[in-house]
Amino acid sequence: MWIKAKKEGDTSVLAAAYGPAEVKVSKEIYDRATLEVLIQPKVGLPSVRERSQEQCVRETCEASLLLSLHPRSSLTLILQLIHNDGSILSCFLNAACMALMDAGLPMSCLFCGVTCAINADGQIITDPTAVQEKESRAVMTFAIDSTKRRVMMSSTKGSFSVHELQQCIAVSQEASEKIFQFYRDSVSRRYSKTL
Amino acid sequence: MFSSLKERTGEVLLPGDEFSFEAEDTISLAGPVKPEKVVCGPGLRRSGDRLLVCKSGVLRHKQPNMFWVDSQQRRYVPAKGETVIGIVTVKSGDVFKVDFGGSEQASLSYLAFEGSTKRNRPNVQVGDLVFSQFLIANQDMEPELVCIDGSGRANGMGVIGGGGLLFTVSLGLVRRLLSPHSEVRSDLQQLFPCELVVGMNGRLWAKASTVQQTLIISNLLQSCDTMTAQQRRALFRRVAQGAL
Repeated sequence: MWIKAKKEGDTSVLAAAYGPAEVKVSKEIYDRATLEVLIQPKVGLPSVRERSQEQCVRETCEASLLLSLHPRSSLTLILQLIHNDGSILSCFLNAACMALMDAGLPMSCLFCGVTCAINADGQIITDPTAVQEKESRAVMTFAIDSTKRRVMMSSTKGSFSVHELQQCIAVSQEASEKIFQFYRDSVSRRYSKTL
Repeated sequence: MFSSLKERTGEVLLPGDEFSFEAEDTISLAGPVKPEKVVCGPGLRRSGDRLLVCKSGVLRHKQPNMFWVDSQQRRYVPAKGETVIGIVTVKSGDVFKVDFGGSEQASLSYLAFEGSTKRNRPNVQVGDLVFSQFLIANQDMEPELVCIDGSGRANGMGVIGGGGLLFTVSLGLVRRLLSPHSEVRSDLQQLFPCELVVGMNGRLWAKASTVQQTLIISNLLQSCDTMTAQQRRALFRRVAQGAL
């Protein structure tokens, strides 16, 4: 199990990954692991918004984890929101990927989350803050995989044209390079201490 | 592929990195051709004609052709032949259920102890520590433990006696302790005499002559998990001089 804190601007999230562990008979799947994602907001109980964010994170993780290596086991991912200043879904995705990778769970690829916002002038802003998100006419979050830089998951809000969507995807794919390089640097730093 | 793997030995790899047969791999028509065989260990998976990395860690190599990814984790996944320390949780009929820290409990038959027969049952109670090895350990079946080896001898396995302290460390430290010329073990030998049972599931059982020395050993091992070699040697030196 491992805990990771991921910051984007001032947005921070704490992620903890547990597994493979025992699973309740009602939830066990005979040929693959059961992945559970729990998102805890800063105040109050999880509501419908957290449930939809959980579904986005869970679908992305299930696509990149090798779940068939641990049948009838459970993998739990808990994401605690510490501070929300925009781009929260991509922050959840990045923290989730680092926690899963750090816990030693077998994965076929890494993924990262990038948020783009289109403001009133038509400009594309990556990793918008909460203020920028509110003033924009569209906010999109994409999960990009590390092997072929394809879009694994997308969550969009607002109105935009097909051309703008494709532009945002291209911008996100470029931005994902920096995030994957950050993953590589942090893992190298972690393993540099051991014998 | 062997050459590209050999080049990257010692590098940190991430899931998604892959190795494939290079296009320049040519077969010489002159001399005898030996098919190059690469044995993949934990962290590397074969997918068609490519080798995929599925865990983050350092790529290691052992002669002649073994490669694996050395990763750090705390959660144990059972593998056949590994010796672990388990805690007996249920004693039902002919089988004990043992918790070894994995995703399900393993079964241990009462006949799998040295010298035990149907009339002469072993003295194992719920809550006892057993040092045993995996007979069956794969993802599809319930894991099974035994306390004898192939020829029926205990070979150090069985119920661990009273006294002593059971504590958990990461799997990487356990592998470092069990490696042939372990520096951690040689540093520990210079402190004071103690009995140490090392389970590959990250559990260690230590017993020294006094309770205080046992606690010192357990604290030292748990803390030297995340230290570099110099920090660890400095710490052991301080303890040996009686500072703690």
